[in-house]
Amino acid sequence: MAEIRVQNLHKSFGSFVAVRDSSFTVNSGEFFAMLGPSGCGKTTTLRMIAGLELPSSGTITLGGEDVTFLRASSRDIAFVFQLFALYPHMNVRQNIGYPLTCQGLGRAEVKTKVEEAGRILRISHLLDKPVSGLSGGDRQRVALGRAIVRDPKAFMMDEPLGALDTELREAMIGELRALHDRLGATTIYVTHDQLEAMAMADKIAVMNRGLIEQFDTPQAIYDRPATLFVADFIGSPPMNLLPFRGGLETGQTQARLDGVELTIPTMHESIAEADLVLGVRPEQVRLVDDGGLRGEVFGSEYLGTTQIVTVKTGGGMVRARLGSDIRAPIGHPVGLTFRPDKLSIFDKASGRALRTAWTDAARQGGRHHG
Amino acid sequence: MAEVRLDQVSKRFGETTAVSDVSLTVGDGEFIVLLGPTGAGKTTILRLVAGLERPDQGRIAIGGQDVTAAPPAARDVTFVFQQYSLYPHLSVFDNLAFPLRSPTRRTPEPDIKAKVTEVARLLQIEDKLGNRATQLSGGQMQRVAIGRALVRRPAVYLMDEPLSSLDAKLRADLRLELKRVQVDLGATIIYVTHDQIEAMTLATRIGVVNAGRLVQVGTPREIYEAPVDTYVAQRLGQPAINLVPADLLPANRLLPGTATVGARTEHIRVTKAANGDARGRVKWIEHLGDQSHIHVAVKDRTIVALVDPDTDLIREDAVEVTFADPLCFDASGRRIAENGAAK
Repeated sequence: MAEIRVQNLHKSFGSFVAVRDSSFTVNSGEFFAMLGPSGCGKTTTLRMIAGLELPSSGTITLGGEDVTFLRASSRDIAFVFQLFALYPHMNVRQNIGYPLTCQGLGRAEVKTKVEEAGRILRISHLLDKPVSGLSGGDRQRVALGRAIVRDPKAFMMDEPLGALDTELREAMIGELRALHDRLGATTIYVTHDQLEAMAMADKIAVMNRGLIEQFDTPQAIYDRPATLFVADFIGSPPMNLLPFRGGLETGQTQARLDGVELTIPTMHESIAEADLVLGVRPEQVRLVDDGGLRGEVFGSEYLGTTQIVTVKTGGGMVRARLGSDIRAPIGHPVGLTFRPDKLSIFDKASGRALRTAWTDAARQGGRHHG
Repeated sequence: MAEVRLDQVSKRFGETTAVSDVSLTVGDGEFIVLLGPTGAGKTTILRLVAGLERPDQGRIAIGGQDVTAAPPAARDVTFVFQQYSLYPHLSVFDNLAFPLRSPTRRTPEPDIKAKVTEVARLLQIEDKLGNRATQLSGGQMQRVAIGRALVRRPAVYLMDEPLSSLDAKLRADLRLELKRVQVDLGATIIYVTHDQIEAMTLATRIGVVNAGRLVQVGTPREIYEAPVDTYVAQRLGQPAINLVPADLLPANRLLPGTATVGARTEHIRVTKAANGDARGRVKWIEHLGDQSHIHVAVKDRTIVALVDPDTDLIREDAVEVTFADPLCFDASGRRIAENGAAK
């Protein structure tokens, strides 16, 4: 397994810039997700790392070796695609063993490796079955088998679960992460689904229009979005973004929004009067009878343990995640208060999060998954 | 608006029984969601109500009138399909007005204008009325398709996964709008989906469908808190309810005859084990932002529980796992209610 280092990677197709000056490092054994809407450049980045696309500029190293212009076949990377292309005329064993047969490995060695891959993926009982009768989940396991059998330096996965239905996808998320834990393989995973990225990755790069907007752990990206784009892209429902106008001084702990004085995390930078945006996660919103930011209940959605209550305010819709016991009838006037220490403040023009005590708070031991 | 009544309705296609002995009364102004996986029979139930299929057995009544043998056009229902089919050569206004201009309905033009404008306002597409249907985004097209159903005031609206072709964000917005519109109009809606979030957020009552049968009908809360069996218990809740053998872990109170214990993620406590009494080992903690899930290996099972995002538990920690108020199921998978009565 190997570290992957990407430096100042740039790719344009004619006048269209697909990837803009990307730099990041995936540590050896890490599960790294590139997350963003379609057209953000995540697949192009993946294809450049795999060698299926050549960069316009920049460098890519794999385990310390510069592979920027190396052919895909000499990079020792395995690729898993969204549409698992299996050879229909071969059985499961032949499908998994195919990359090894191509490399000219002996029959006995292929057999050993295929059976080991079968054990890891728990499909030993299917090895001699034709692929045509397999379920969606098993087909995807066979496709994974074909990738892991080669024991490559790294795995590249491009939306491998995109074609599966919800229930199977949830099960496969658990399986893929467990597989990763067993193999310890460096993995780059491309998806537009935030749940997949949040649930599996050690680190996430959120991409938008060819740019990496934020590169961090899932929890840090959720708690401290670096830009308005990330704030709006991550979370279901996403962060509430409330526009206000004002200037803020270093050390300031109050802001005025819609005539209401709010406590905010202590400012660690100053900004002259400008259009600003207050970012509040739905679980940091509370309803009060008196005071607070006034609004009226627009709707509520029961989700079992919790409910999402949508409140119409002067500054737009605000969504709150509350316990499902709280009553919030449609049309009911309510006040909103926000848990002050975890609020984000953005400069609307640049989209950048302003530095505060919250954004600068030392991460508790660089919290990772597990 | 009207009440819809299905009385012991069955439908077979060759050897396959698609709908089996379904009885259901949908109250006037009620929003019923039929929830089940692909192939459960929920769309067939909808098509039977619409008159697109004839039942082999049973009766169907709309607004007190037996329509079992009536053709679709005589039933006063509208149907919204998963794939929006708009007339590409017409404007949004004309698409919305189309059902009102049908020769059998002959609505005066000023009334049409008033109706269309009102529906466009409800669905927030007023500024798009002059556009060609093809100049709209996917979400706007689906709103027009729903709007075309809403301009009429049929006895009942039938909707077959109308939001499933939209992206997640748009789906969330339209869900809320659809629910508001339904409340405003007092509309009777039968809605089919395999998406549990849609079912929970939209429904007055959910009907859980499995293999052609209506297994349970109840409010989202009833279905979530008091499922009749393990099948229904697994339909709601993300992550899914933990179902484990009764002897896997000690629980505070198990009812006699319990074979399987069901514990939702929020009803499980995971704590660091004091010396010697460890029952599980932490496999993995998922930080999903708004909540974190801890995966604990207990014997050959994995239990998923809700955990505080700031927990100091880490992978490989030995832990104690306790269930609070678990649901009890017998050997056949049916829930055992306390004192023999439903909760």
